[in-house]
Amino acid sequence: MTLTRFVTKSAFRNKRRSILTVLSISFSLILLTLMMTIWRGFYIDKGSAESAQRLVMRHRVSLTNFIPGYYREKIRTIPGVVAVVPNSWFGGIYKDAKPENFFAQFGTDPDEFFKVFTDFKIPDDQLAAWQRDQAGVVVDSKLAEKFGWKVGDRINLKGTIYPTNLELTIRGIFTAPQPTQSVYFNFKYVEEAVAWAKGQAGTFGILADSAENVPKVAAAADAMFHNSPQPTKTESEKAFQLSFVASLGNVKAFILSICLAVVFATLLVSANTMAMSIRERTREVAVLKTLGFTRGKILGLYVGEAMTVAVIGGICGSLFAFAMVAILAKAPGIGLFFGGMQVTPGTLAVAILVSALVGFLSAIVPSYHAAKIGIVEGLRYIG
Amino acid sequence: MAIPIAYNIRNLKLRKGLTIMTALGIALTVTTAVFLMALLAGLDKAFVASGSPLNVLVLRKGSQAELSGGFDGALFPTLRELPGVSKNSKGEPLASGEWVVVIVLPRKDGTGEVNVSVRGMMPAGLELRPNVKLTDGRWFTPGQREVVVGKNIHSRFSGTNVGDVLDFAKGKWTVVGVFDAGGTAYDSELWGDVNQIAADFDRQGGYSSAYLRATDPVAADALKNRVSDDQRLKLEGMLETEYYAKQTSSGKPIQIIGTFVAIIMAIGSCFAAMNTMYAAVAYRGREIATLRVIGFSRPSILTSFVLEALLLSLLGSILGILLMLPFNGLTTGVGNQVTFSEMVFSLQMTPRVILISIAFGLLMGLLGGLAPAWHAARQNILTALRG
Repeated sequence: MTLTRFVTKSAFRNKRRSILTVLSISFSLILLTLMMTIWRGFYIDKGSAESAQRLVMRHRVSLTNFIPGYYREKIRTIPGVVAVVPNSWFGGIYKDAKPENFFAQFGTDPDEFFKVFTDFKIPDDQLAAWQRDQAGVVVDSKLAEKFGWKVGDRINLKGTIYPTNLELTIRGIFTAPQPTQSVYFNFKYVEEAVAWAKGQAGTFGILADSAENVPKVAAAADAMFHNSPQPTKTESEKAFQLSFVASLGNVKAFILSICLAVVFATLLVSANTMAMSIRERTREVAVLKTLGFTRGKILGLYVGEAMTVAVIGGICGSLFAFAMVAILAKAPGIGLFFGGMQVTPGTLAVAILVSALVGFLSAIVPSYHAAKIGIVEGLRYIG
Repeated sequence: MAIPIAYNIRNLKLRKGLTIMTALGIALTVTTAVFLMALLAGLDKAFVASGSPLNVLVLRKGSQAELSGGFDGALFPTLRELPGVSKNSKGEPLASGEWVVVIVLPRKDGTGEVNVSVRGMMPAGLELRPNVKLTDGRWFTPGQREVVVGKNIHSRFSGTNVGDVLDFAKGKWTVVGVFDAGGTAYDSELWGDVNQIAADFDRQGGYSSAYLRATDPVAADALKNRVSDDQRLKLEGMLETEYYAKQTSSGKPIQIIGTFVAIIMAIGSCFAAMNTMYAAVAYRGREIATLRVIGFSRPSILTSFVLEALLLSLLGSILGILLMLPFNGLTTGVGNQVTFSEMVFSLQMTPRVILISIAFGLLMGLLGGLAPAWHAARQNILTALRG
């Protein structure tokens, strides 16, 4: 029998205990993996290549203030800007005010919209139809699936910010790299119905010629309108999205404290198991010593055993989390939140590494005590 | 005959290390649950306590919040003179036309910029909110570029002391006072003169909302219906309390994520408790058999072990609550999904939160202890005695 075989065999000598420990650790690791994935999605991922090239301009004071529509042509003159399109939040009610019927509605310019959002795909004939119908709307394919919409269906939106109701016809269905839960219509429709909305925009979506130029374009755009009555704030699309995450509260501290609690709980569970299992085997240690095993070797055996159990738990947990994120990303509602997230191999590796470390730490103290015990004393020990 | 509970307590004491570690594991889970529930309780309290049942909030028809759109200022005199609106000592009706706008302020701790609500109001606006008390400085003077700040704004944002100057919209605003609204949503707002604020945000000639204070609850209800039913006004009235009750939905993301985290952690802790209890049963095989020989029945052995698991989890729950106690009253902010601005509230470990978390801990103990207890009760006496 090789040493590794000895370790795995003894790791599962008490099957029920080992399985319970593995289960307990894997549940903790599910959480840890999920939290790390969310952290990564929020703070590390730069988004897709197309998204990294886009900027969002809004009013300096707040998102609820409008910026003048004529800024659009001025923005175009900034070096590095490829295309600009207005995006105005309509905030209408579809059917009723229930949260399951909520989705984002933006008024935009059909002629240039898909030139800024280059990673949104739509068939050419549908795009042409949308551009021809001022009361036309294009919808996210995931949203169309949820509500069972087809091209040609009508959508009625009751205005809350703008005192008007929109009667839109679906002219196209687009697919986005991540679910957007959004529909886009021609803002002219609103401008014609509401006098004060004319020449106003909520935000501008800007496409830069490269991701490297994004900070430069942002600085140039804000400098351009710095001293005007309507100053602006321009940031990368990712930063813009993060400002909504920030509104959920102190998310970083929240995630960190959960991770800490989870890791500590795992450590306790694993330490508990190892303490029980090693104490039971005091006599076995004495036998091993009689056979010529050194202290170091015995220490290694037990630490290896704990790490085996913990790593199995880690693998189970992180793989389960992997599947969970994949499923959640498709779920309605929270799907938007998990949309672009994915458990990457790196995250999996970190989760498994953490579990190995936990196994190692949990076994060190009880194994050290076991390895120190005298042979005669150990042989006399009764359970 | 039942086995005395002292037997279980002594057993838990005998294997101190194991007991403490398992209890700590349960404690961590309970702490997480307490934290999340206290967060939600605090949020609920902030919203529920906001608003007076005597105040009627008037918005444009179809509008869901004070932020979305506004109505013609010419309608305000009609609202002001409606029957049922109470009057102050000078005989003026307690009605205030207001504008709510959102500005961005940098957080004191440097963790980024946050949206904050600014409310412009008429002088009557202060009178119809009698629960709001000035704690420092004075109220703003109508016609001046002055603001008073809520106590949460004062504690969380720099440059909000009396005498400081804030720079937003078209220029500088002097902070002249700090008010305490008793932990309600108003504590997260800045207040100023409605005309000054409307001018700075290019919104003259209208109001986003109007507040009317009724003489009594019945009058408030009548006022609300009267405003909503008048076809010419195209306005909608609602009780201020109803308006805030709707906003508690801002806590939904925390609630969903929190429940999920608590359940996963609880399942993990259940397995750990099960492990400990199985070890306890295995360790005492001969002892259990002896108890059976003496005449204790299977059900009483089962009960005894379940009780022991419950004791263990009770210890864990109490530990968990104690761990969380220092954080009681801690304030934190969350984005209000109706006003798009940050709403500050404090963690509230209410008796209800504590009772639920103890029940939660006990449930973990019960689920973790049942299978091992069953196993203990079903042991064969002879084999156990020999083992």
